[in-house]
Amino acid sequence: MKLSPGLAETIIVHAREEFPNECCGLVAGRDGVATRVLPAINTEGTPFMYVMDPREQMDLMEQIEDSGEDLLAIYHSHTRSAAYPSKTDVELAFFAEPLYVIVSLQDENTPVIRAFHLERSAAEGEQITEQPVEIN
Amino acid sequence: MSTVKIPPVLRQAAGGERTVEAKGANVGEVLTALCEAHPAIGKQILTSDGELHKFVNVYVNDEDARLMQWTDTPVGDDDTLLILPAMAGGQ
Repeated sequence: MKLSPGLAETIIVHAREEFPNECCGLVAGRDGVATRVLPAINTEGTPFMYVMDPREQMDLMEQIEDSGEDLLAIYHSHTRSAAYPSKTDVELAFFAEPLYVIVSLQDENTPVIRAFHLERSAAEGEQITEQPVEIN
Repeated sequence: MSTVKIPPVLRQAAGGERTVEAKGANVGEVLTALCEAHPAIGKQILTSDGELHKFVNVYVNDEDARLMQWTDTPVGDDDTLLILPAMAGGQ
């Protein structure tokens, strides 16, 4: 996935605004190039979990579809751990096509953004596949 | 038969259809019929025990079925169901 520095910054700013709670949102794009970041509400409002507001989720997905863009990624933050999917992230990864982007604020001065394909129904050891994030 | 709206995430599992018709007197029966007709959807939204995953939301005419009678919510020919898997996770 290609992400402009400005859009990467939007995700990081969202994560910092919600800190210490997790943030979440969507990334729209075309042909693997991000065009928009759409921040959403984490209805859990905790440092340990995110659940996107379902109605907002539906609205944002329809917005992306209606504009002819693709849902490139679902993003969320890890405020105390690395930018790598947790067991819960994998168990709740219903979306096989979009990437799951994780921004880690474990080191608050050096946020890390990584992206993964997650397949919850795949065999253990084959559920997580990292995909490159090109920020430029 | 009720109409079931298929979100993009499940569309491939439904043969690319945006909406499908499914028979049943309540939400549970409609979902069972849907998963029998499209097993790939069942793989996405059901647990290994065949129960609807707790992070899958179902709306009946835009009302949250969990706030009604959940899978026992009666539905008819004029009703539209929407299945919406959650975007969720945790560290």
